[in-house]
Amino acid sequence: MNIWEKNKKYGWLYGTVLGILFLGVGALQGHLADIWQKAVMICMECIGIG
Amino acid sequence: MIQKIRLAAQLLFTVITNGYTYGFLSGKIYRGGLKYVCAPGLNCYSCPGALASCPIGALQALLNQRGFRIPFGALGFFFLFGSLLGRFICGWLCPFGLVQDLLYRIPFFRKKKTLPFHKYLKYGKYATLLFLVCIGSMFLFGGFAKVPAFCKYLCPSGTLLGALPLLGANEGLRMQVGGLFYWKLGVLILIVILSIKCFRPFCQYLCPLGAIYGLFNRFSLVQIHWEKERCTSCGACERACPAALSVTEISCSPECIRCGKCVDACPQKCLHFGQRKI
Repeated sequence: MNIWEKNKKYGWLYGTVLGILFLGVGALQGHLADIWQKAVMICMECIGIG
Repeated sequence: MIQKIRLAAQLLFTVITNGYTYGFLSGKIYRGGLKYVCAPGLNCYSCPGALASCPIGALQALLNQRGFRIPFGALGFFFLFGSLLGRFICGWLCPFGLVQDLLYRIPFFRKKKTLPFHKYLKYGKYATLLFLVCIGSMFLFGGFAKVPAFCKYLCPSGTLLGALPLLGANEGLRMQVGGLFYWKLGVLILIVILSIKCFRPFCQYLCPLGAIYGLFNRFSLVQIHWEKERCTSCGACERACPAALSVTEISCSPECIRCGKCVDACPQKCLHFGQRKI
């Protein structure tokens, strides 16, 4: 099995691990708090007023 | 059979992710802890019923911050959802995808699967992602603050699921409506009309979230498997596919939303949902 086939087989796993890693880094840097901060205020741009 | 299960899944997921009924009655939005998390589909977090954040909204919120920082928080959700499900999310879990599917069921003469110049227009969603979501959110200003450009100028989900219910229930917001709202309403009306004639035009040509998840289709855990040995090349799957994909493109193409119509259509039962073989 060549390296491309092998990576395609486990690509989902690498992506999932990377996703969890990114979420961890994002949480540590306060990104999830920033997302929450934006999400709990009515987004005036989203509803066409801003 | 798969289509009935899919419709039920779409309805259930829409209700679950937009289950804050008090919001619809009061014209306010949910402000609890669930909004630290993104729902996988395009679901405006200004929808009064929304219980989770929108991934594209989250990406733009991070890009709107002063200075540039890699938006790990949003990328984490994209990689997690995309690696596991790919565009299965579009076909089974996205509320705005459900809206377009229901509109496509309305009887209309000469329904089309795709618009003219489809092979060029399908790259429009990557242009939306690059220019509106990324560059627009990093460099466009409204006053002194950066704006979420895709949400502000294009997102029809925000208009349908956010603006209309909120403005309907909240008189204070209604009094502030101006030209931008009418622009967005026009975009929504255009997409609604196109959705009756053509299969999921927003998903095929404009959705930045579909563009992102499509990149994961080739690698995602959830796949539609094609048993080549049993295939008789009858073409039933290709005729059934609403995105006009060939049998070799099913599941791995970035255009495949894993709706399962090919699985239902195959007389030899050589297409079926499954997880990637390890």
